[in-house]
Amino acid sequence: MKMLTNIWRLILFGFLCTVFPSMEPMRTGAIKLHRTQPTERISGSAGDVLDDDPVGRLKVFVYELPSKYNKKILQKDQRCLTHMFAAEIFMHRFLLSSAVRTLNPEEADWFYTPVYTTCDLTPNGLPLPFKSPRMMRSAIQLISSNWPYWNRSEGADHFFLVPHDFGACFHYQEEKAIERGILPLLQRATLVQTFGQRNHVCLKEGSITIPPYAPPQKMQAHLIDEKTPRSIFVYFRGLFYDVGNDPEGGYYARGARAAVWENFKDNPLFDVSTKHPTTYYEDMQRAIFCLCPLGWAPWSPRLVEAVIFGCIPVIIADDIVLPFADAIPWEEIGVFVDEKDVPNLDTILTSIPVEVILRKQRLLANPSMKQAMLFPQPAQPGDAFHQVLNGLARKLPHDRSMVYLKPGQKILNWTAGPIGDLKPW
Amino acid sequence: MKLSALHQSYLNRRSSNFRGLSGDSSADGSMKSQASVFWLVLHGLCCLVSLVLGFRFSRLVFFLLFSPSTTTNLYSMPFRQAVEASVFQLSTEAANQVLPVNTTTPRVVVGRHGIRIRPWPHPDPVEVMKAHRIIERVQREQRAQFGVKAPRTLIAVTPTYVRTFQTLHMTGVMHSLMLVPYDLVWIVVEAGGVTNETTSLIAKSGLRNIHVGFNERMPNSWANRHRLEAKMRLHALKIIREEKLDGIVIFVDDSNMHSMELFDEIQNVKWIGALSVGILAHSNSAEESSFSLAWKEADNSVIPVQGPACNSSNRLIGWHTFNSLPFLEKSATHIDDRGIILPRKLEWAGFVLNSRLLWKDFTDKPMWMKDLDLFDGVDDMESPLLLLNDASVVEPLGRCGLQVMLWWLRVEARSDSKFPPGWVIDPPLEITVPSKHTPWPDALPELPMSDKIVDAQGETLAVKRPGKTRRSRSKHDARNKRKHESRNAEVDISEKQTKQN
Repeated sequence: MKMLTNIWRLILFGFLCTVFPSMEPMRTGAIKLHRTQPTERISGSAGDVLDDDPVGRLKVFVYELPSKYNKKILQKDQRCLTHMFAAEIFMHRFLLSSAVRTLNPEEADWFYTPVYTTCDLTPNGLPLPFKSPRMMRSAIQLISSNWPYWNRSEGADHFFLVPHDFGACFHYQEEKAIERGILPLLQRATLVQTFGQRNHVCLKEGSITIPPYAPPQKMQAHLIDEKTPRSIFVYFRGLFYDVGNDPEGGYYARGARAAVWENFKDNPLFDVSTKHPTTYYEDMQRAIFCLCPLGWAPWSPRLVEAVIFGCIPVIIADDIVLPFADAIPWEEIGVFVDEKDVPNLDTILTSIPVEVILRKQRLLANPSMKQAMLFPQPAQPGDAFHQVLNGLARKLPHDRSMVYLKPGQKILNWTAGPIGDLKPW
Repeated sequence: MKLSALHQSYLNRRSSNFRGLSGDSSADGSMKSQASVFWLVLHGLCCLVSLVLGFRFSRLVFFLLFSPSTTTNLYSMPFRQAVEASVFQLSTEAANQVLPVNTTTPRVVVGRHGIRIRPWPHPDPVEVMKAHRIIERVQREQRAQFGVKAPRTLIAVTPTYVRTFQTLHMTGVMHSLMLVPYDLVWIVVEAGGVTNETTSLIAKSGLRNIHVGFNERMPNSWANRHRLEAKMRLHALKIIREEKLDGIVIFVDDSNMHSMELFDEIQNVKWIGALSVGILAHSNSAEESSFSLAWKEADNSVIPVQGPACNSSNRLIGWHTFNSLPFLEKSATHIDDRGIILPRKLEWAGFVLNSRLLWKDFTDKPMWMKDLDLFDGVDDMESPLLLLNDASVVEPLGRCGLQVMLWWLRVEARSDSKFPPGWVIDPPLEITVPSKHTPWPDALPELPMSDKIVDAQGETLAVKRPGKTRRSRSKHDARNKRKHESRNAEVDISEKQTKQN
C-alpha cells in the first residue's frame, strides 16, 4: 500500500515538474512579506510539495447536514471562530466555496462531514469534549442512513476534522483519552487533527496533522521592521507549573517545562517567564530560538507563531508528529530536543554551528513555509487548507480492495465504545 | 495550560456530586447536623494529612476510589526528583499506568515524571560567550540582508580648536563615529594649527583620520566663529578633492549630537541631501525666565528644527529654518555672553554630499554643481547650498525631514577659562578645607563622647602614625609637595581625626 502511494507520488511529482517548470513562490499572502530576504526552497520528502495545487487532483463532496451540527452550534458561541480549534469551522467554509468541491457525489474522491465537535465551550473558553462522541456518532448515523456512500466503504473515503487535544479520542486528559481510544466508528476514516505523537493510540495511520488555528490578521498587525536585530537568544512565555491541576509538578508537560524553569531561570540567555506581555509577538521577532515545549498535549500554537515570526522553534516533545510532516522537513527547520536532555538545553543550542542556524532562518523566511501554517480568510494558494487537500490528494487513488467493501461485508462495530457514547445526541 | 480551569471544574463537579449524594441521604433534619459535623471532621483530617504530606491528596483518594476502571497492571517507574522523595513514591504508584498499545511499547509514558535538574543549574561562561557570538553573527547577517546593500565610506568633516570643552565635545563625536558600522574617514581641521592635545584625543578613536591645521585662530564672537568654521570646512572639501576620497561627506560639528540612524539614512543619498536638524538654542544665561519668556513670545507652535520642507508628494518645496527673530535681542554675540546662542539660517550639519561632486575631472558631474575654486576668497559661506546653481536638486532625507536624527548645540566655557592640559591634574590639587564629620569607609570607629577639635598639634600626631605607607598632608604642610592621590589625603585627614579622638 505504502509503496504504491510512493510510486504514485513520484509519477505525480514528475508530471508536475514537466507541466509547471518554474515553481517560484509568487504569493501575496495574508502576511505581507518583504521579498528582499534570501530564502531557501523547502524540499519535502517528495519535492516542493508545499507549492502543489490540489485543484484538479481530487474532488470533495460536502454532506449537507442539518444546521444543528454546525451553524446552530456556532451561533450559540462565536468564540469558536477565534480559538485554536477554529480550523474545523474554517475548513467547512473553505470547502463550500472551493474549486475542489463537487455537487455530484458519484464522482467524489473524498467526502467531508461538517460537524463542529469542538464548539461546546465553558465560560472560560475551553471546549468540553463530553458530548463530542455522541455528536459524531449521530452525524455518522445520519449520513449512513441518508446517503449510501458511508456504507459503501464504511468511511474509508471520508475525512473528518477533529482538532481537539487528543484528536478523535475526545478527551482532554491523556489517560482518559488513551482509555477511550479513537472513536470506533472513525477507525476507517481519515482524520485531520492537530494532535500527533508516534506510537500513540490517538494517532491513526494515515492521519493528516494540521497546525492549530492562529489568527493571521492579529499576527500580521504585530510585525516589526526586519532590520530590528535579534538580540534575545531563547524566548518562552507560558506556564511551567500548572498550579491548578498539578501543583507538585511532574505531571504537566511530563516535567519538561518545570525542568526548563528550574535549570534556566537564572540564565541571562534564556528570556523565560510566565508573565504575559503585550509585546509577545514583537519579542518573538527579536529572538533567535523560541521554545515550543509540550503542555498537557504535545502540540501548541507556539510552533505556528515561531514560524511566522522567523524564530527557530525548539521542540521539546518526545515522538511528536508535526503538521504536514510529509511535506515539511521539520528536522531541517526546527531543533528537536529530547525531554531528558532539557537540563543541557543551553549546551545543545550553543553548540549548533552558526551556518546551520542561518540556514534554518532562511528556510523559515520562505513565504510558502509561513503560508502553509496559516488559515487565512479568504483562502490563499499554499495555505493550510490547500496543504490538507494536498495531503488528501496524495492518498489517492483509493485502493479499491481496501476502501470499498464487498456487498454484505461489515467491519465497523456500531455498539463498541463506552455506554455513554451510545446515547443519542 | 488552558485546560487547567476545565480540569478544575470537572473535578469540582465530581466532588460536589459526591457531597450531594451524602446530602441526599441525610434528609432528616436531626441527621443533617451530624452529617455536617462528620464532614467537617473528615475535611479537617484531610487537611492535616495534606499538611504532613505536602500536597492535596484528596485528588489521589478520589482517583483511587472513584475512577471507573483502574487497570490492574500498575507499576512505579524509577525516577529521581529534587524534593520529597517519599511522597513522590506514593504518588507514582498510583498515577502511572501502562499504555495499552497495539504495536510497539512507546518510549513516552503517561504519568508523573521527575523534574530533571542538573547539579549546577547556572550559566556556563563558555556557553554564554558562544551564544553571544551566535547572536552577533545573526545580527550581522540581518544587517547584510535588510540594511544598506552597498554601503559607501563616510567622510566626516569636523572643525575644532583647543578649548575647555573640546574634550567634552570631541569625546561625544568620537564615540558616535566609532559606533558607525561603515568605513569612515575623519577629517579634523583645527583652528590655530595642529596641537598635540587634539592629536592624542583623536588617536584614541582608532579611526582613520586626516588631521590638518588652519592658520587662523578661533575668534571670540559667534558670528566670526561661524564664518571661520565655514572656511575650515571648505578647506576640508579641498582636501577631499585632492585626495580623491570616494564616499559621502557629512559635516560633523564637534558639539552636535548624532543618532545612529542618521548614518544609516544618509547612505541613501545620491548627490546632495538635506536632513532635519533639531536646534537646541541653549541659553548661557542664569536667568531662565528671559529665555522662556522669549520662547513664549515666539509662536508656541514653533518647532526648533531646520531642514527640508516637502509637499504631499514628498518633493522638496522649501526649507524650514529656525525663527531667530524673537531671540535676537537676547542672543549672545561673544562666547562669554549671557545670552542665547543662535544658529545660522541653515546649518552645514544638515547637509550631506556625494564626494564625487567635488572631484575636479569627474565626467558625470552634474551641471548644477559649482567648482570649489570659485569660493577661494569668499568670506562667509552660509551653507553648502551656495555650491549649487539650482537648489531644487537637493534630496530630502529622513522621510522628507520628518525624522530628526541630529541636534545642533553650542555650549562653550568662558574664553578665559583655564583647564589642565589633557585633563590630567599634575601637580595634584591642594586641599583647602579638611573634612571633619564625614565617616570614611576604612576609618576607625569614633568614640561617642570625644571632642572633635582640631588643634595646632594635629600635625604632629599625623607624623607619628604607625605602619602606614601613605604620607599625610595638611594645610600646614604646603611645603611638602609629595605626590599622592587626593583621595588618600582625605583618608589621612580622617585618620588624623580619629587619632585625636
